[in-house]
Amino acid sequence: MRAARRPFAFITCHELKEMLGRTAWDERELLEGIEEVPADSIHYHTLSYFLRSKYLASPYPNDFATWAAIQVRDRVLGERLAVVDPFDYEDIELLRSELVTIIDDHLSSLPTIPRVVYGEPFHFMRSTLIEIPTGIEVRTLREFRDGVQMVDLGAIYYHFFGVVRRTNQHPADPRVWLEEELGLPDLAEQIRRLNPYVSSLDGFRTRLLALLDRVLEEAGDV
Amino acid sequence: MSERAPLLDDYRKVVPPNIIDLIYRLAERVRGRSVVHVNSTRVGGGVAEMLHRYIPLFQDLGVEARWEVISGSEAFFRVTKSFHNALQGQEQVFTEEMLQTYLEVNRENAARLDLGADVMIVHDPQPAALIAYAPKRGKWIWRCHIDISRPQRRAWNFIRQFIVKYDGAIFSLPKFSQRLPIPQYLIYPSIDPLSEKNRDLTEEEVNAVLDRLNIPRDKPILLQVSRFDRFKDPIGVINAYRIVKKHDDCRLVLAGGSAEDDPEGPQVLSEVLEAAAGDPDIHVLVLPPTANLEINALQRAATIILQKSIREGFGLTVAEGMWKGKPVIGGFAGGITVQIIYGVNGYTVNSVEGCAFRIRYLLNNPDLARQMGENAREYVRQNFLITRDLIDHLALMVSLLG
Repeated sequence: MRAARRPFAFITCHELKEMLGRTAWDERELLEGIEEVPADSIHYHTLSYFLRSKYLASPYPNDFATWAAIQVRDRVLGERLAVVDPFDYEDIELLRSELVTIIDDHLSSLPTIPRVVYGEPFHFMRSTLIEIPTGIEVRTLREFRDGVQMVDLGAIYYHFFGVVRRTNQHPADPRVWLEEELGLPDLAEQIRRLNPYVSSLDGFRTRLLALLDRVLEEAGDV
Repeated sequence: MSERAPLLDDYRKVVPPNIIDLIYRLAERVRGRSVVHVNSTRVGGGVAEMLHRYIPLFQDLGVEARWEVISGSEAFFRVTKSFHNALQGQEQVFTEEMLQTYLEVNRENAARLDLGADVMIVHDPQPAALIAYAPKRGKWIWRCHIDISRPQRRAWNFIRQFIVKYDGAIFSLPKFSQRLPIPQYLIYPSIDPLSEKNRDLTEEEVNAVLDRLNIPRDKPILLQVSRFDRFKDPIGVINAYRIVKKHDDCRLVLAGGSAEDDPEGPQVLSEVLEAAAGDPDIHVLVLPPTANLEINALQRAATIILQKSIREGFGLTVAEGMWKGKPVIGGFAGGITVQIIYGVNGYTVNSVEGCAFRIRYLLNNPDLARQMGENAREYVRQNFLITRDLIDHLALMVSLLG
């Protein structure tokens, strides 16, 4: 297998969390908040949920579903929101739209608006990803595989779901690197189809390593 | 004798792999920059304890970290105590003279202290008005450690006029955030795994402490560590224990501070002793504030840890209990809800009956309790250790300084 001219540098990240000072006490206020908050707040409560649940998957895989089910005790809305896989949406606005229509549809079928009685209100947040170089640079698929195994899960998030997800052809996107530098478009496509939904970043890494091992084995690099 | 403050490499044996290297690399981005922390005391209290440990760690990373302490008259500290209580929701009276005392002492300290740094972190309300009088170089951040979710409006309105001059504020929980025109960062508090309260203990050390406290280890131990305060619901804990005791043999240990600064403390303690009277399996321990080893040993000896608060700040005793590898049953209040993932590392409960049910459930499912305890320790390792706190503060510096 060939070596890349341009090495791939693993970068990890840390999430600096910020509160928007906006709160929802009932599902109508949640709906209005989702409609109005900045896109990075939607990102925080859905995609980057996985960065905060690296090893332990909690019962519902995004903050909106968790709040509806646990705090409001509306398990129907919790279930309907939980099934929305944020990794299906290339554009965060499409994800926002899906969430809005689910809540709107749910509320239209109810005589009263469910609200927090015993639980905590929903606090809208957002975050800034602070990049941190890992010092690990790789040139071959074998080295790339070992890098994936070695880096912390913040790096897995950063490269596969964080900053790179928002920008086409981002230089830190390993799928672009695999295609352009190692000539492996099929592998890049298979990786694109993996996601950590209903698992965790750790689960995603396990599946990614299994895929890379299979490709290496087929190429006789074991 | 005070403990030597650990340096960063001392944490390698307890924090997740790669974290220490990550901290060094992140710190590279702010190496040589300066940060000054300002608070109101060098001894006593959680903030001073935290800064004693933070400052050497920042210096170890090549950040020029300093710690300044404001000084003031007794009258000043009476005023700031009133602010402290008012911001936490107690009704207080503020006279014009009190407000002038607060402003005057802050003005004097702004002239006396060296407040020039790339980042200034000002802790809690006491020194909050420094920003109005000090020459403003660098970025100023107000770090609020107290629960200001329901402040007395007049007190908050007075303090708020200074807070809006800052470049940002840090709160410990989302519910503490306020309507402010500045960024409000969320940084959870943390525990130090190398401190006397959290370091690893041998089985012999644990047994020696329990022997000294006259607590046999012949049956499962339920433990709640907290001040004797109605918001911690110690009577509710005893009632839950009594429901459990009908079916499952166990001991209950209620370990709390002496509560000398809490006028209601002796009354609550007296009610607890009365409720516990006649049951040799209930142990009520009044421990001094220095009893860190004792708390550590009790948590390690416990089968289940309880924190059945009905109102709570962050509730770091939950993280301390989890760090000992124990499942925690906590009241649905304050920061307990961000530390306990229901059914994963413990349970949050809303009633005495709910608490009793979950105790019985865990006592009768020891494999599940063990797994939850392991999850709990791992969750704390990832989220509530001092190293994560350090990363948050370094990340904030990177974000502020570009």
